[in-house]
Amino acid sequence: MANMSLTKNPMLAQDPNVRNRNFEEVALGYTEEQALDEAQRCLHCKNKPCMAGCPVMVHIPEFIAETAKGNFEEAYQIISHTSALPAVCGRVCPQESQCEMYCVRGKKGESVAIGRLERFVADWHNAHSTVAPEKPASNGHKVAVVGSGPSGLTCAGDLARKGYEVTVFEALHLAGGVLVYGIPEFRLPKSIVQKEVDGLKALGVTIATDTVVGRTLSIDELMEEYGFEAVFVGSGAGLPMFMDIPGINYRGVYSANEFLTRINLMKAYLPDSDTPIQHPKKVAVVGGGNVAMDAARCAKRLGAEVYVVYRRGMEELPARKEEVEHAEEEGIVFKTLHNPVAILADENDDVCRLRCIRMELGEPDASGRRRPVEIPDSEFELDVDSVIMALGTSPNPLIKSTTKGLEINKKGGIVVNEDGLTSRENVYAGGDAVTGAATVILAMGAGKTAAKAIDEAISRK
Amino acid sequence: MYRIVRKESLRPTVNLYEIEAPLIAKKAQPGQFIILRVDENGERIPITINNHDPEKGTVTIIVQTVGATTEKLSHLNAGDCLQDFVGPLGKATETEGKKKVCVVGGGVGCAIAYPVLKKFHDDGAEVHAVIGFKSRDLVILEDDFRSSSDVLKICTDDGSYGRKGLVTEALKELIEEGNQYDEVFAIGPMIMMKFVSKTTEPYGIPTTVSMSPIMIDGTGMCGGCRLSVGGEMKFACVDGPDFDGHKVDWDLAVKRNQMYQEFEMHKHEETCNLFKKEAE
Ligand SMILES: Cc1cc2nc3c(=O)[nH]c(=O)nc-3n(C[C@H](O)[C@H](O)[C@H](O)COP(=O)(O)OP(=O)(O)OC[C@H]3O[C@@H](n4cnc5c(N)ncnc54)[C@H](O)[C@@H]3O)c2cc1C
Ligand SMILES: Cc1cc2nc3c(=O)[nH]c(=O)nc-3n(C[C@H](O)[C@H](O)[C@H](O)COP(=O)(O)OP(=O)(O)OC[C@H]3O[C@@H](n4cnc5c(N)ncnc54)[C@H](O)[C@@H]3O)c2cc1C
Ligand code: SF4
Ligand code: SF4
Ligand code: FES
Repeated sequence: MANMSLTKNPMLAQDPNVRNRNFEEVALGYTEEQALDEAQRCLHCKNKPCMAGCPVMVHIPEFIAETAKGNFEEAYQIISHTSALPAVCGRVCPQESQCEMYCVRGKKGESVAIGRLERFVADWHNAHSTVAPEKPASNGHKVAVVGSGPSGLTCAGDLARKGYEVTVFEALHLAGGVLVYGIPEFRLPKSIVQKEVDGLKALGVTIATDTVVGRTLSIDELMEEYGFEAVFVGSGAGLPMFMDIPGINYRGVYSANEFLTRINLMKAYLPDSDTPIQHPKKVAVVGGGNVAMDAARCAKRLGAEVYVVYRRGMEELPARKEEVEHAEEEGIVFKTLHNPVAILADENDDVCRLRCIRMELGEPDASGRRRPVEIPDSEFELDVDSVIMALGTSPNPLIKSTTKGLEINKKGGIVVNEDGLTSRENVYAGGDAVTGAATVILAMGAGKTAAKAIDEAISRK
Repeated sequence: MYRIVRKESLRPTVNLYEIEAPLIAKKAQPGQFIILRVDENGERIPITINNHDPEKGTVTIIVQTVGATTEKLSHLNAGDCLQDFVGPLGKATETEGKKKVCVVGGGVGCAIAYPVLKKFHDDGAEVHAVIGFKSRDLVILEDDFRSSSDVLKICTDDGSYGRKGLVTEALKELIEEGNQYDEVFAIGPMIMMKFVSKTTEPYGIPTTVSMSPIMIDGTGMCGGCRLSVGGEMKFACVDGPDFDGHKVDWDLAVKRNQMYQEFEMHKHEETCNLFKKEAE
C-alpha cells in the first residue's frame, strides 16, 4: 500500500542562521529511511505523466520502484541510463516546473519528491559504488568538444562510452562550466562535479584546460590539422548583460558572473586565495533568476545585508522555488516590483546608493506574463555599497567570429537542426550556446542528442 | 603545467621569462596577452606577450614585481612550472598602413611597447620612440628599442639618464618640431597613457593606448575588465586591449583599477614575509 501522506518528506537543511555564514551545502539530503518512505508515495502510474516533464526522460516510476525496495544501486543504473549527471540534476533541476509538475500526487497535496530521491540515489551510489568505469576499446575515431559545461561533459561521456577518442577543450583552468564558476559550493559541492569529471577521464576522455577555442586553436584547425572528425560546441552563454543606466561602471558594480567567478572558481572567500573580493555591507542584486539568488546568498555569506531588486512580483520570480525559500529563510530581503534607474557613487566612484522606481503589473505581454510598468513619481533610494547585475547572459561571440560559415540567430545563439547539427558540416552545438541561458538538464539533453547524431554520422561513413 | 625554460633578470624588480607554450607560440601576434596562474590558489593575471618563437614553441613575457602574484612569480626559476598559461588573448595591434608613428612607452610598459614598435618597423614605417623610466637603474630594453627605431628619446623622472622629465614633454617637442605622425601608440601606466592622449588631442593625432584593467577570465565572461570608451561599454579582454586614447574615460579607468588596493597591499606583504621566512 502506497504512502498516502499529502506532503513530501522534508529534506534536512542547515539552520538558516548558521548556513548564511558558511559556504557548506545547505540541503543535507534524505536519510535511507526518508528515501524509502518517500519512494512509497509513488503510485507507479501506467502512463508515467512525470516522465513527460523530464527533458531527458528519466524512467521515473522504475527508479522509484527500485528505491522503494532498497535497491539503490539498481535505481541509480536506471537513472544513469538517460541522465549523465544525476547527483547534479537531483540538486539543481527546477523540478517544480518539470518532472514534479506532472506528478499525479501533486493534484491533491504535494508531488512525489522526485528530485530529492534522484539526489539520494546518486549520492548513495557515489558513496558506496566500488565499480570503476572501464575504459572501452577505442574505435579509432576522434571527436572534439568545446566547453566543459553540462552539455559538453554529457556529449563527451556518451561518445567515450562508445569508444570514441574525445578531447574536451576548456578555456578556464577548471572543467565544469557554470557548475564550477557559477553555481556556489553551498548548492552544488564542487567535489560532486569533480567526481563526474574524473569519471570521464577514467573513460579515456582527455580534458584540455587553458585552451580558448577561437584563440589558442580554431575549429577549422581542430578538424583539418588535428584530425577530429566532428566537433561539438557547448560553449555556453557566458556574456553578461548590464543595464543601460547611469553609474554602471562605478566601483562596486559587478556582473553576477564576475562576483560568482571570484567566489566559486577563484575561491575568494577562503583566506588562502590570492583573488580579492569586496566584502560589501549592503548589496542590491538586480534580477530574479537562479543567478540572482546565488549572487544574493553569496553576498549574504560574505556578511552583507542583501536586497533582491526585481521588476515583477514574487509569483513571477524565475528562480527555482526552493532557492527563493532558502534565500528568504537566510534573511534576504525581496524588493519585488522595483526597478533600478541609476547607481550613485561617492567622490571615489564607490557605489553608495541605488535609485529605484516602483512598478506595477500591467497587461500581459507577448510571453503571456504581465508586463511591469513604472509608477510615476515613485522613485526612492536604497543605501548600498555594492550592486550586482544578474540580468542574464548571451552566447559569447568568439566562436562565431572565428569559424567560417557558422550560422547564428539574432540573439547570438548558434543555429542547429533537431540533431544539433550546425550550418557547418560535422560541427554540432548544444546547450546555452544554442538556446541562450537555460538549464543544466536541457544542456545535458542537447549534449546527448548531438552525441547520438555524431555517432550515427561517423558510423555511416 | 607550463615550464619556464629561461629566466633573465632585467632589473631587480623586472624579470623576463621564456615559457614553453607551443600552441600559443604558433598563434601570438603583437599586442596580444596571456593569462597565467602561478599555483593552485593563485590569481589569474594578464601579461602581454613580449616575444614568441613558433619553432621553439616558447613565449616570452616581461613582468614587473608589483604585488603578491608577481612576487611569487619572481621566486620561480628556469625549470620550474606555472600552473596555468592561456592565450593568446585580445586583439592584435593594427600596425598596417602607417607610414610614420611614434611609440611611447612608460616603465615596464616598454616591454609591451617593444613588439608593437618592432612590427611597425618591420612593416616599413618610420618609427620614433619615446620611453620613460623613474631612474637610470630601471631602464629596460634600450638596445632593442635603439635597433628598431629611427629616433629614440629616453627620459627619466630624476634626470639620472637621458633627458629629465616626462615622456609627454619629449613627445610634445617631437610634434612641435614638425613631425607628422599617422599615429601615436602609448603603453604604460594608465596615468601616463591619459596624459599622452591629452597631449596629442589638440594636434588631432590618432592615438592608440593599450589598456590594462583588472581581469579575471579574459574571455569576455565576467565583465570585470569593462571600460567606457566613447560612451560605450567595452570589455578590454575581447574588444581590446587597444583603444582610441581620445575616447577612453580615463578617470573611471584609473579608479576602477585601484579597487582592490588594500587587499593587494596586504597580500603582497604576506607573500613577502612568507618568502623571507623561507629564506631564513
Ligand atoms: C549562477 C547560475 C546558477 C544557475 N542555476 C541553475 C539551476 O539551479 N538549475 C539549472 O538547471 N540551471 C541553472 N543555471 C543554468 C545552467 O547552469 C546552464 O544552463 C548550463 O550550465 C548550460 O550548460 P552548457 O554546457 O551549455 O554551458 P556552460 O555551463 O556555460 O559551460 C560552457 C563552458 O564552455 C567554456 N567555453 C566558452 N567558450 C569557450 C571557448 N571559446 N573555448 C573553450 N571553452 C569555452 C566556458 O568556459 C564554460 O566552461 C544556472 C546558471 C548560473 C550562471
Ligand atoms: C592586458 C594586460 C597586459 C599586461 N601586461 C603586463 C606586462 O607585460 N608586464 C607586467 O609586468 N604587467 C602587465 N600587466 C599588469 C599585470 O597584470 C599586473 O601587474 C598584475 O596583475 C599584478 O598582480 P599582483 O598580484 O602581483 O599585484 P597586485 O597587488 O594584485 O596589483 C598591483 C597592481 O596591478 C593591478 N592588477 C591587479 N590584478 C590585476 C589583474 N588581474 N589584471 C590587471 N591588473 C591587475 C592592480 O590594479 C594594481 O595596480 C598587464 C595587465 C593587463 C590587463
Ligand atoms: S533529471 Fe531533472 S527533470 Fe528529470 S527527473 Fe531528474 S530532477 Fe526531474
Ligand atoms: S506521476 Fe508521480 S506518482 Fe505517478 S509515477 Fe510519476 S512520480 Fe509516481
Ligand atoms: S576579464 Fe572577464 S570579461 Fe574581460
